[in-house]
Amino acid sequence: MGMTITEKILAAHCGKKSVQPGELIQSKVDIALANDITAPLAIKQFKKLKAKKVFDSKKIVLVPDHFTPNKDIESAEQCKMLRSFVYEQKIEHYYEVGRGGIEHALLPEKGIVLPGDVVIGADSHTCTYGALGAFSTGVGSTDFAAAMVTGKCWFRIPETIKFIYKGKLKKWVSGKDLILYTIGDIGVDGALYHAMEFSGEVIKNISMADRMTMCNMAIEAGGKNGVIQPDDTTIEYIEARAERPYEIFNGDKDAKYKEIYEYNCSKIEPQVAFPNLPSNTRPISEVGEVFIDQAVIGSCTNGRIEDLRIAAQVLKRKKVHSYVRLIVFPATQNIYKQAIKEGLINIFINAGAAVSTPTCGPCLGGHMGVLAEGERAIATTNRNFSGRMGHLRSEVYLSNPAIAAASAIAGKIVSPDEL
Amino acid sequence: MKSYGESKMRFQGKIHKYGVNINTDEIIPARFLNTSDVVELAKHCLEGLDEDFIHRVSTGDIIVAGKNFGCGSSREHAPLAIKECGISCVIAETFARIFYRNAINIGLPIVESKQAVKDAQTGDEILVDLEKGTIKNLTKKSLYKIQPFPSFMQELMKVGGLIEYVKKKTE
Ligand code: SF4
Repeated sequence: MGMTITEKILAAHCGKKSVQPGELIQSKVDIALANDITAPLAIKQFKKLKAKKVFDSKKIVLVPDHFTPNKDIESAEQCKMLRSFVYEQKIEHYYEVGRGGIEHALLPEKGIVLPGDVVIGADSHTCTYGALGAFSTGVGSTDFAAAMVTGKCWFRIPETIKFIYKGKLKKWVSGKDLILYTIGDIGVDGALYHAMEFSGEVIKNISMADRMTMCNMAIEAGGKNGVIQPDDTTIEYIEARAERPYEIFNGDKDAKYKEIYEYNCSKIEPQVAFPNLPSNTRPISEVGEVFIDQAVIGSCTNGRIEDLRIAAQVLKRKKVHSYVRLIVFPATQNIYKQAIKEGLINIFINAGAAVSTPTCGPCLGGHMGVLAEGERAIATTNRNFSGRMGHLRSEVYLSNPAIAAASAIAGKIVSPDEL
Repeated sequence: MKSYGESKMRFQGKIHKYGVNINTDEIIPARFLNTSDVVELAKHCLEGLDEDFIHRVSTGDIIVAGKNFGCGSSREHAPLAIKECGISCVIAETFARIFYRNAINIGLPIVESKQAVKDAQTGDEILVDLEKGTIKNLTKKSLYKIQPFPSFMQELMKVGGLIEYVKKKTE
């Protein structure tokens, strides 16, 4: 019987010819990642294991991105712990403030994660790298600690759900809208424990940035991983970056899927997820009058250069509404530099936005744009649980960058066409 | 800090019941994640959902919740805070997968049972027996079977989590 791309990658990493959904395996890990929130717990566990050395100092990636630049003394202590571990273990992939960015935008950009890899990350949005044709999934600090010592991680082989996107995308519709629409359809646990494979003509035609946005949010449907079969777009992206060999795995034609969903994208409008779940979606035409206090454009979901270009296109020669704060945070330092070069940052600043250094900051209500009680934000991030961006009784609406930018101008949630 | 050594297989306690999709931002809001000190984390357990929980919880109590418990971020701070504040076991209809892994890895017993969750109410006294594979609601006088964990996970739970397991393997 045929195998899906997820099954093939996992089989190859546990030394088997084939694997079946439900099977428990010990997989080799190509890259293991953690950040300033999850690494400190892992370092404590690492010490408990009385381990002297990590299994391979080239395969571990540490990125201080959540509460950095250090937001308070406690965060500074956490980052210091990370940094000492990096020096002690001679970790090669460490990206200091000012030279890195948000982990899930950074790793693909630097060519650290490649097709065919098994990647684990002590961060739930590690599923982003499935866009490159890798098996990539979020784990906790203890899993990460164990992988740092053994180079391995245990998995249950997931069943795969296939999503086929057909038709032609409407104006202002992006990968973000496709994934919000999908989560709205299947629910926040619609793909619980499953692999989500995104395919179809629409996926072939969208950029790597859009593909990463989609795989990034697989976790918001409960998915174990999101994955896209590599094609010419993938290879072009990878060839410009890869510094080590990689392998492209192809799912078999007769692979078995748990379910197959088919969507006609010609009918999908830009989507907005209402509080407090990413599945609480509505098409933009049915949003009604929702006034906002803040708009946030950035994050590992939509902080790539393609996203900033769209936002700038909407904001050009416009002003942010006087009652609204617009915060733009490019996902990596390279994206930031590119945005300066292309004049995008000028557009944002002239419109009256605050542009922040790359950080997770506002996305998780950490710093750089926390909401007060009763405040409402539209954000290009991935989660809108109650209190996600600040006070428990504040609200987050999720959208693509075009809608967020237009809403910042209008002071309420609108499409750029309504400006 | 509580020891995460060899764990028990029987838990009896009072229920605190919650709804569906309880996420990690509710279990431990991100603003408290600037520390990895579990005693500090436990002080804020479930603060994003029920600010009073921490004053009502006593050692041995059991959390019961609907589907997709622990969805959201990968923060292990969530199961750690639950374990440290004295909760002996979590019963849910289903668990989000990273929470599921994390709970098993750190030795926080978790059990899935739709019917037990449906029938349970806050304040009920409940007994979970992992060895026998049963949940007994002592208040309601009802009994439920639970699906046994795959043997690898049972082994992990018996030794008290992944760290102990890896230690045993590498010794
Ligand atoms: S940008 Fe938001 S979702 Fe992405 S890694 Fe940072 S906190 Fe997590």
